[in-house]
Amino acid sequence: MSRAVRRLGAAFALLIAIALLLGALVAWLNVRGEEPVDATLPPAATPEQIERGAYLARAGNCMGCHTARGGTPYSGGRAVPTPFGDVYAPNLTPDAATGIGGWSDSQFWRALHHGRSRDGRLLYPAFPYPNYTRIARTDADAIHAYLRSLAPVHQPNRPHELRFPFDQQAALAVWRALYFRPAPFEPDPARTAAWNRGAYLVEGLGHCNACHASRNALGATANPLDLAGGLIPVQNWYAPSLTSPYEASVTGWPAADVSALLKTGVAPRASVSGPMSEVVLGGTQHLNASDLAAMVDYLRTLPTGNAVAPIEPDPPYRPSAVGGKIYEQHCAACHGEQGEGVRGAYPALARNRAVLLDSTANLVHIVLEGGFPPATPGNPRPFGMPPFATVLNDTEVAALLSYLRASWGNQAPPVSAVEVGRFRSTSR
Amino acid sequence: MNSPRARLACAALFAAALSALPAAVRAAPAPFEDTMAQRMQACTGCHGAQGRAASDGYYPRIAGKPAQYLYNQLVSFRDGRRDYVLMTNLLAPLDDAYLREIAEHFASLDIPYPPPQPATASVDTLSRGEQLVTRGDAALRLPACVACHGTALMGVAPAFPALIGMPRDYLNAQLGAWRTGKRHAPGPDCMAQIAQRLAPQDISALSQWLAAQPVPAHAKPAAALPAPIPLECGGTGTPGAPR
Repeated sequence: MSRAVRRLGAAFALLIAIALLLGALVAWLNVRGEEPVDATLPPAATPEQIERGAYLARAGNCMGCHTARGGTPYSGGRAVPTPFGDVYAPNLTPDAATGIGGWSDSQFWRALHHGRSRDGRLLYPAFPYPNYTRIARTDADAIHAYLRSLAPVHQPNRPHELRFPFDQQAALAVWRALYFRPAPFEPDPARTAAWNRGAYLVEGLGHCNACHASRNALGATANPLDLAGGLIPVQNWYAPSLTSPYEASVTGWPAADVSALLKTGVAPRASVSGPMSEVVLGGTQHLNASDLAAMVDYLRTLPTGNAVAPIEPDPPYRPSAVGGKIYEQHCAACHGEQGEGVRGAYPALARNRAVLLDSTANLVHIVLEGGFPPATPGNPRPFGMPPFATVLNDTEVAALLSYLRASWGNQAPPVSAVEVGRFRSTSR
Repeated sequence: MNSPRARLACAALFAAALSALPAAVRAAPAPFEDTMAQRMQACTGCHGAQGRAASDGYYPRIAGKPAQYLYNQLVSFRDGRRDYVLMTNLLAPLDDAYLREIAEHFASLDIPYPPPQPATASVDTLSRGEQLVTRGDAALRLPACVACHGTALMGVAPAFPALIGMPRDYLNAQLGAWRTGKRHAPGPDCMAQIAQRLAPQDISALSQWLAAQPVPAHAKPAAALPAPIPLECGGTGTPGAPR
């Protein structure tokens, strides 16, 4: 055998060895920290545990994803759209064949904490286990007890519709090795119990940063503490930064206003819309007083040091008269001649952070689709805005939004018709 | 021109000039009121002032329709039985109690109807339309429309809507949507069964005849069905129906 061939052979063997080692590393990273799974079905739960679980499931809005539109709660079937395809939330009712009736507490815990299914399959992080890994075992057991108390619904799970290679467990294993680390919630001893409770809810069960953080090309967020805002993939609503005073930081707000926003969907300086309506409707409005206060406490102390001021056009942008005319015709009756709005009914547009965001996604959604804030006990009869999707074309929406962003003391860059068109195509 | 008095004079002049404009041009915004009508501007943007229907024939009249019918439609849009993304997104964050109040608000409005649409079909087609509406077609197992929608076709409270006072395009679109399974009602979905027995030319005959009927002033849904209902309909409170 010539030396060249031998060298090639050695290099080949080395490559195989490296590949095997990497494979072993990925495999190990995917199961690290796991304890042996006990498959014994849980004993009958106490009413207190079920009640606690019902409350926690509400707080985390599990039902939001695990219920198809018009379907039986928790019976699954709703698509979570991702850039890699649609992930369908499974049936969480205790049906033995199609739900989680055969799951043990330990298997349920492994799904939440380690992101693995009963049969060991790796779960897609559309199920936000990078957040749920923070949930305490007792809370996981209570949620499981509650789900087991529901009436079983026989509804087979719909298979995910993911593109190759994202539909492969091996690809998911690599993703998890890179971006997922199971870890319990670590309280900060320098802070109060209430603050830590708020942190636990925001980072874990509330999975706030599943939306309020940017994702990289592979759909990963930096860590459960990152709340610096991001565009929600596919839906294209921008979840504003909770750590920027230019976006949705509430550091300067009275606690009562923050709690009103999360409890009722409306507050003196803001109201929720789009996906956040769903969060208030299915989640935060159900928080008890102490948990709500804890969450508010935590959100009000989020650091704002790294916030970047939005771009202001220089020289100042002067909007076209067309935008002003459209505003006069369709918007001024409710939002006011000077963009002052009507307190409790129509948001002011003058110096409204939501109007000035660098991302214009939400503005386009709101003009095209209109909307109501959620109907909650604190705001049971919300005022609504009509959709303009069939009334205004992309050029008109762009002119209108450019006008809003440069009037009454607002100064943000204009919006192009191309931008409007891009977001219009993702309205659904 | 910088003294306060001069500015005031200027403003007064401007206001006078504005008030001299005809009302249609000026369109002074109505003052804010804490009412259902104010809240429902989200609806009247498309469905016309007070829900009297848009002029394009696509967004139907909602004013004066029976409350339970409107409520059923709102819930169906929200829960995906009816398919129109703007309606679904708009209603997604609203609860049953508010949807009921919305339905009752529009049901309570008594707004004049527009004049009927002159028919463009042949006499034969129109007489086929009239036959289907008033007598049905036993051979096709089609009950008469009047059996559920009332002898005057103004609907029957609380759940059967009027069939007159609507444009042809809208009637065609809805019957077509039922026929193709695009529109649903709570089961048993009687209208789906009926629409599937209707041939396209029968749908056209129906809509031609119905859209050409005038609506009498202050016409209201009938208080009760003229006779026992010919088939079970979900969401209407008819015997055997589940909700």
